[in-house]
Amino acid sequence: MAYEGDLNLKATELRLGLPGSDEPRKKSTPSVRSNKRASPEISEESRTRSNSSASIAENGDRDICAPPAKAQVVGWPPIRSYRKNCFQTQQNEAEGTCMYVKVSVDGAPYLRKIDLKVYKSYPELLKALENMFKLTIGEYSEREGYNGSNYSPTYEDKDGDWMLVGDVPWEMFIYSCKRLRIVRGSEGRGLRH
Amino acid sequence: MDPYSKRKKELPERPPESTRPSPFPDEVLELVLGLLKSNKDRSSVSLVCKDWYNAESWSRTHVFIGNCYSVSPEIVARRFPKIRSVTLKGKPRFSDFNLVPRNWGADIQSWLVVFASKYPFLEELRLKRMTVTDESLEFLALNFPNFKALSLLSCDGFSTDGLAAIATHCKNLTELDIQENGIDDKSGNWLGCLPENFSSLEVLNFANLNSDVNFDALERLVSRCKSLKVLKVNKNISLEQLQRLLVCTPQLTELGTGSISQELTERQYTELENTFKHCKNLDTLSGLWEVMTPYLPVLYPACTNLTFLNLSYAALQGLELANLLRHCPQLRRLWVLDTVEDKGLEAVGSNCPLLEELRVFPADPFDEEIVHGVTEAGFVAVSYGCRRLHYVLYFCRQMTNAAVATIVQNCPNFTHFRLCIMNPGQPDYMTNEPMDEAFGAVVKTCSKLQRLSVSGLLTDLTFEYVGRYAKNLETLSVAFAGTSDWGMQCVLGGCTKLRKLEIRDCPFGNAALLSGLEKYESMRSLWMSSCNVTMNGCRLLAREMPRLNVEVMKEEGSDDSQADKVYVYRSVAGPRRDAPPSVLTLSGI
Repeated sequence: MAYEGDLNLKATELRLGLPGSDEPRKKSTPSVRSNKRASPEISEESRTRSNSSASIAENGDRDICAPPAKAQVVGWPPIRSYRKNCFQTQQNEAEGTCMYVKVSVDGAPYLRKIDLKVYKSYPELLKALENMFKLTIGEYSEREGYNGSNYSPTYEDKDGDWMLVGDVPWEMFIYSCKRLRIVRGSEGRGLRH
Repeated sequence: MDPYSKRKKELPERPPESTRPSPFPDEVLELVLGLLKSNKDRSSVSLVCKDWYNAESWSRTHVFIGNCYSVSPEIVARRFPKIRSVTLKGKPRFSDFNLVPRNWGADIQSWLVVFASKYPFLEELRLKRMTVTDESLEFLALNFPNFKALSLLSCDGFSTDGLAAIATHCKNLTELDIQENGIDDKSGNWLGCLPENFSSLEVLNFANLNSDVNFDALERLVSRCKSLKVLKVNKNISLEQLQRLLVCTPQLTELGTGSISQELTERQYTELENTFKHCKNLDTLSGLWEVMTPYLPVLYPACTNLTFLNLSYAALQGLELANLLRHCPQLRRLWVLDTVEDKGLEAVGSNCPLLEELRVFPADPFDEEIVHGVTEAGFVAVSYGCRRLHYVLYFCRQMTNAAVATIVQNCPNFTHFRLCIMNPGQPDYMTNEPMDEAFGAVVKTCSKLQRLSVSGLLTDLTFEYVGRYAKNLETLSVAFAGTSDWGMQCVLGGCTKLRKLEIRDCPFGNAALLSGLEKYESMRSLWMSSCNVTMNGCRLLAREMPRLNVEVMKEEGSDDSQADKVYVYRSVAGPRRDAPPSVLTLSGI
């Protein structure tokens, strides 16, 4: 996944559609006042509620710098700037972080790199590793590790110890994993005893 | 009788006892009246007669000023000679949403200058939406030797340098509460400016700051301050650091954690769990930035007596919330993000029978493509389980009239009902009708309603309902709603207790504005922006009502005749003289 996350522009980006999609938005703009109204009388068009998801369709809102088809209304929804900034920062930090780790496989001529953040669970990760290296890792069991195959996935944690993949909760794992090593045969099983 | 319509009163000399008709000596009267804490009661008491007015003035130690421009510091000092604690609110509430120009005003400095001379023994200052510069903070620190408590909420204009001045000079500081301000965070060691033997702190809240504080100084500080009851750290404090702090502070009643994202060893996890087991006195828990959910269970032992849980910075899922809530049997107030979704709110309904207040904030308010968050179903689920609910702030993307009707039927005791359907002008998504009946149900059923925020597609009918039924309503917020002047006229005519009215992007014009002519002097303020009010309408209002300040904020390049943003408020201090060029003060003369 690519992010233009370096300047946190994503949060304020004015888009015409879903990220990656080419379709322009069909929704009309939410109410945005035209400052050119001369008469205090309400003009008929401004009172009309055109469709289910639109309110007053206006143009020329001076509060927005760029003129997109969909304008972001100033100060709406009514969230305090503090909270807005706070949470955007958190999200951007989380989104911007990649977790690339090296993966080595015993007997393979070179290493690979994968982004742990791409995966949501152990099964997903293991499947990806199996596909990447064309091998079978098998099922995890707490008592016996990865039985039923020659390979066991291990990782080096922040303390420098080599651990068996799968023992700790997923989130804890991705934060502590520094590199992966898929070991072969009896070496892997040795970790269990 | 409206106290604000009295002419400015000089505080008279106390007449000698023999000439007064009162059966009590002044001292007794003052003692008795001194026991009154409520501002409303004091206000009533001061209207009884001159003696009581004087006695109340002499015995008042705390003054609350809801609009800093409604009165001048000189007038306050003249009436209340013995003030030790001041609460001041400045900018209109919509400044929180960037609708007010940055240099608008509400600067604390002119108040501090008067206070330095009239209240040199001032102890407490609580400010909301005021501009506070570093120079002002230093002035405060240097001129008030008894100063004890500083609370800044949603203020701007200062940096950590100002905090350093407070820390350096305020020898008797008991409270430093820095919340949700626009601080210029210059980092630096402001915390380390507190003297090494300083130990009187009871409240410390620096959750607002993004930069690191000197942890060693903080640790030494909290171990010295045996009376510390409230500690809210910022997100840079790790779990391990937090644990070291908590070991020193078992007496805490309010805790704001730092980040819950540090990776822990098993030993550290157990130690942390044990530490939280000893936090039995906590009634408030907040913070929980960047929470790593496997670690949430360490908090469970500390939640037994929690009455207020603020998870509004923690992106929890429904299941995680459910697990946490099972350990919070005493919960009265809960703030969450809408990442918990309806499932999470169902868990609230099931686990929190004592709940009185719920706030659901949107995690992604500006991304309309996201179809997550909470719906009407979550709110309804809460209403079935939490019959004592009386305060709600709810951000959602869809709502129905039927759902709201059910909700208020389950919970008829709402005092604060703030519903924000995030897409402006959105109708009932099932029937495609306006949301008039929803708010009609609210005002008809909830006779104690004090505060209402409306949203969705609304016609004048909503405001007819509000005017007819919401007889206890004090604050009303309206956006993208209404059909004509009639709507606003209904509110102004019907809501007898209305004090604050804030309106944006509605088709209300001069007729509506002027229909409230008589009413605005009994209100704190009126805000109207992006409506149909013109300069002429505002000038007329200002001319007819000389005791109102009518201010218009013009936007760049807008039509000369349009009054883009109007702020009207009663004042005994006359038009203000510190307005920036973008704010026109329309004088009545």
